[in-house]
Amino acid sequence: MEEKLTLFKNRKRFGIEKNIDIIFKNTALVLSSFVAIILLGIILVVFFQSFESFSRYGLKFLVTSEWNPVKDEYGAFTAIYGTLVTSFLSLLITIPLGVGTAIFITEDFVPKIFREIIGSFVELLAAIPSVVLGLWAIFVMEPFFRAFFVFLHNFFGWIPLFSTEPTGRNSLLAILILVVMLLPIVTSIARDSLNQVPKKLRNAAYGIGASRWKTIFSVILPAALSGIMAGVLLALGRAMGETMAVTMIIGNSNAFSWSLLSPGYTISSMLANQFGEADGSQVSSLFYAAFVLMILSLVVNIFAQWLVKKFSLKY
Amino acid sequence: MNSLYYQKRLSRNIGDKFFTSLSVICALIAILPLIFLVTYILYKGGSQITPELFTLEPNPPGDDLDAGGINPALIGTLIITSIASIIAIPVGVGGGIYLAEYSKGGAFSRFIRFGVNVLAGVPSIIAGVFIYALIVSTKILFGSMYSGLAGGMALSILMLPTVIKTTDEGLKLVPNELRYASLGVGASMYTTILKVTLPSAFRSIATGVVLGIARAAGETAPLIFTALFSYYYITGFGDLFYEMGSLAVLIYNFALEPYDAQNKLAWAASFILVLSILSVNIFSRILAAFTEKTKKV
Repeated sequence: MEEKLTLFKNRKRFGIEKNIDIIFKNTALVLSSFVAIILLGIILVVFFQSFESFSRYGLKFLVTSEWNPVKDEYGAFTAIYGTLVTSFLSLLITIPLGVGTAIFITEDFVPKIFREIIGSFVELLAAIPSVVLGLWAIFVMEPFFRAFFVFLHNFFGWIPLFSTEPTGRNSLLAILILVVMLLPIVTSIARDSLNQVPKKLRNAAYGIGASRWKTIFSVILPAALSGIMAGVLLALGRAMGETMAVTMIIGNSNAFSWSLLSPGYTISSMLANQFGEADGSQVSSLFYAAFVLMILSLVVNIFAQWLVKKFSLKY
Repeated sequence: MNSLYYQKRLSRNIGDKFFTSLSVICALIAILPLIFLVTYILYKGGSQITPELFTLEPNPPGDDLDAGGINPALIGTLIITSIASIIAIPVGVGGGIYLAEYSKGGAFSRFIRFGVNVLAGVPSIIAGVFIYALIVSTKILFGSMYSGLAGGMALSILMLPTVIKTTDEGLKLVPNELRYASLGVGASMYTTILKVTLPSAFRSIATGVVLGIARAAGETAPLIFTALFSYYYITGFGDLFYEMGSLAVLIYNFALEPYDAQNKLAWAASFILVLSILSVNIFSRILAAFTEKTKKV
């Protein structure tokens, strides 16, 4: 017994083993800091590349909509307006649809197996590449909605939003394809946060005689609100940055129009269209537009994270 | 006595019925596009599939009736996605190991986790813009401008947050007892991680990583001005430094062509892309469900 204990006393890690351990830890540390380096790199590179345009046009860039490489006049108002309008309006349609679907999945209207199938169906929708959605939008959605748009224009043409004659691709189609893309995000996050509401709350509400939907509206939705809000903000960030499907269907015109039935532009579709063949101060102006897009999506994302931290785990 | 029975006409019951049907309608609207979309792609794209599709180069758009095949784009997607994986997986898994195993919840790890979430929210086209500024316009890769290598790097930026997150979360699910047991018998930290915790979290990490790769394979925005597009066969290693086609960019370019033959090629490419991405997704879902069941037993 005594002998064994002294044996243990002499047992030490070899130097090599110790060093490997330290090297391994530090490698992991360096690899994890890559995230910060890349993030910082993206912000700095895009900022410095846009510096020329920034110093020349300043904040005027954000409110003028002249985009003329020949005259060297650049203003991104049309694209910024398009980005905001398409993302907010698509979100406006997506929120009730997504939350409604999430409620359908989390309540027991139909047997569990059906709800699970619907849930995974909706999640699979998120896996379809946006370029394929764009292709589908061009060849299936646009012809499908054409008659509806003409109707919209004929009867509601007095509203500025529908004031132009619909001719092919337009902003409203971009909004609709964005709804298809955002639906899975909002639905799956809303479903997760509804599932996290403790069963006790529901039972208590039922116990004092609340009906099912009274319970949902007054107890369950408020309890899940922070999670749903975070999902909505995440979807907003995605909508702002979404490029391919929107570029393919929005029509890509820099002429400003209030109408949703006229071709429009978003920052990302402007980048996708012009970046490849731009040179001179146009490149810098495109970087400026990219910087605006990045700041918009960063603000939305950081706000979403803050919201989750601030309002989660209330009980 | 009557109040014990369910009364249809009661306003609360009518309201309940109304909202229930409303949520059913929402669910229907949510799944209808998917069913419609998938069947349409499978029908429209599937009818374009021929053996030549996989072996031929695409013909440049024109009035030719025959559009050729998508061989270069198919190989290009495989190469670009592999490059992205080769960069993102080691960096992401290493970073995830640090966050889950070494960090003690201090300011640094909180900052990195925050950064991962922010990076995941950066629009994919910004990754392309960044790589364009860093690599394409500076010609830093041996004087080549647009290249498959640059495209792979842009995609790796998009994959990185997914890989780190799944590694971090997968490792956090490994019970601490396993770590204590390993450290208790005298294993060092790196042996514990490489031989005990990482293998036991392997399946969940692999699922997440594979889903991340599938997602990257369909990304287009970062490639359109980093890898650009090419009509020609990929013949050797040197082609990495030149423009490289990919299925996603092929769909984008050919969808906007006015010619029917090119549009058909875009549908065929969509068929292959969607079929592979969906099967990867469904397969990993089944695998995950299966693992959960076996764990409970």
